[in-house]
Amino acid sequence: MTQNPTDPMLRKIFAETKTLACVGVSMNPIRPSYFVARYLSLKNFRVIPINPGHVGETLFGEEIYADLASIPKDIQIDIVDIFRRSEYVPPIVAQAIEHLPNLKTIWMQVGVTNAKAAEMATKAGLQMIENRCPKIEYQRLFGELRMAGFNTGIISSKL
Amino acid sequence: MTGRATYGFDTLQVHAGARPDPATGARQTPIYQTTAYVFRDADHAAALFNLQEVGYIYSRLTNPTVSVLQERVATLEGGVGAVACSSGHAAQIMALFPLMGPGLNVVVSTRLYGGSITQFSQTIKRFGWSATFVDFDDLDAIKAACDDNTRAIFCESIANPGGYITDLDAVAAIAETQGIPLIVDNTSATPYLCRPFEHGATLVVHSTTKYLTGNGTVTGGVVVDSGKFDWSQNDKFPSLSQPEPAYHGLKFHETFGNLAFTLHGIAIGLRDLGMTMNPQGAHYTLMGIETLSLRMDRHVANAKTIAKWLEADPRVEFVTYAGLKSSPYFERIERICPKGAGALFTVAIKGGYDACVKMVNGLEIFSHVANLGDARSLVIHAASTTHRQLTIEQQIAAGAAPNVIRFSIGIEDVNDLIADIDQALAQATSDI
Repeated sequence: MTQNPTDPMLRKIFAETKTLACVGVSMNPIRPSYFVARYLSLKNFRVIPINPGHVGETLFGEEIYADLASIPKDIQIDIVDIFRRSEYVPPIVAQAIEHLPNLKTIWMQVGVTNAKAAEMATKAGLQMIENRCPKIEYQRLFGELRMAGFNTGIISSKL
Repeated sequence: MTGRATYGFDTLQVHAGARPDPATGARQTPIYQTTAYVFRDADHAAALFNLQEVGYIYSRLTNPTVSVLQERVATLEGGVGAVACSSGHAAQIMALFPLMGPGLNVVVSTRLYGGSITQFSQTIKRFGWSATFVDFDDLDAIKAACDDNTRAIFCESIANPGGYITDLDAVAAIAETQGIPLIVDNTSATPYLCRPFEHGATLVVHSTTKYLTGNGTVTGGVVVDSGKFDWSQNDKFPSLSQPEPAYHGLKFHETFGNLAFTLHGIAIGLRDLGMTMNPQGAHYTLMGIETLSLRMDRHVANAKTIAKWLEADPRVEFVTYAGLKSSPYFERIERICPKGAGALFTVAIKGGYDACVKMVNGLEIFSHVANLGDARSLVIHAASTTHRQLTIEQQIAAGAAPNVIRFSIGIEDVNDLIADIDQALAQATSDI
């Protein structure tokens, strides 16, 4: 597996991100992908939903597209967040590299890893994150997980 | 934040989980004495109840003072998260609750605190759970005791009433083969002396009443999750791996990954069992943890000195302290608890039961109480108190035979403690 970014790198990634594409997002409110997309949109990220079964519908105020190639060119995607089984990841990454010129990070969700896709992304100069959830990392880095007794690793005497 | 990956134990015990209060700048963690928390709006409330966002709802579930304690203990143990509760006994139920169900069992060491033996052998039967007790030095017996209905293995790291160190690595290997978690009660050792997750444990429970608080003020407990167990590796843990009917069909493990056990503990365990720690209690315990390593070093040094002194005394039959070279468990210290074997041990006095009773009565500095891990030195005759509900066979197996007394050595001047023991021993053995 690729080396996931350190906490300072993760903070930088979040700070520089405006828009994510969420591949495989579910319309079912108790599915993890729905949780994550909803949460990130609440945190003022723009979340572009990708789900070929619901093309043309909207989720959290954004139109749903069939795949990454169908996203209109005027929407600049910073992160592709992948909710698909590991073996389906390489063509998604290939499409991301080909069609998303602004892309900086490929993010594979908890339980998702693919060495071939990671190699493709790294070669294309993209940051790779595997087997992590952006919602959990955001909550950990910015103090929310602290409220539920999680080990955030944060030691600071600053206000 | 500096971005450093790791900090020393002494830094973490003071800082982990805490920050200056964002509202006031208060440097010490405030006691948030409130039951409820205002929602930003209806959407915020709904998201919190759906576990889509983390936040404070109601103090039966989470409280800002208690959260600091939870993160601090989780960090000191090297786990991902922790749930605090009202006592060590509550922590044991909270640890088992997500795993167990009617007809299921837990395989348990015979060397446990007497109250735990009763909780496991009697009280959990009311839930339809059962426990199989095994000598944990007999690894084949542990394996043999595990069946298709076993959902956890449970032991203490340094076992109360002292003198025994569990071979955590060996027991964890059995649990791994069985596809079930090893739960370790780390109360007597504390994370300063022993870190069960580094030996393969999945969950750690504590009675925070003891060394963590360290001053005998409040009861409390905590369950810490290593975050390393795959709850979906088999079909044994449906409450974590399958849609949970008590939470609108949510699949905890799939949704929350390695945060699942801790969130389950809050969202179902604390919500429905209600064995919550209160913010005052968390405050006292946080105060204690700030000095944990300093106290534990003194506890261990005093215990070693006193155990050696007692072992050399002709009025004493034997001392069961793993920190003595004569102990069969001495060689486990370096691997399991390298900073020392704790400060609990038992002593058998010549003259048996009667001499034990006289000895306890004769001590002046030592307090005769049913507690351990206080800054004060404590003594108890376990067979007639903490282990009283047990049969004599159970008492002997637990290291609490009628002819022994248990010491919990405090942080006082060791010479004063020895002088007190010396005069009490003289009284206890004057007829012999």
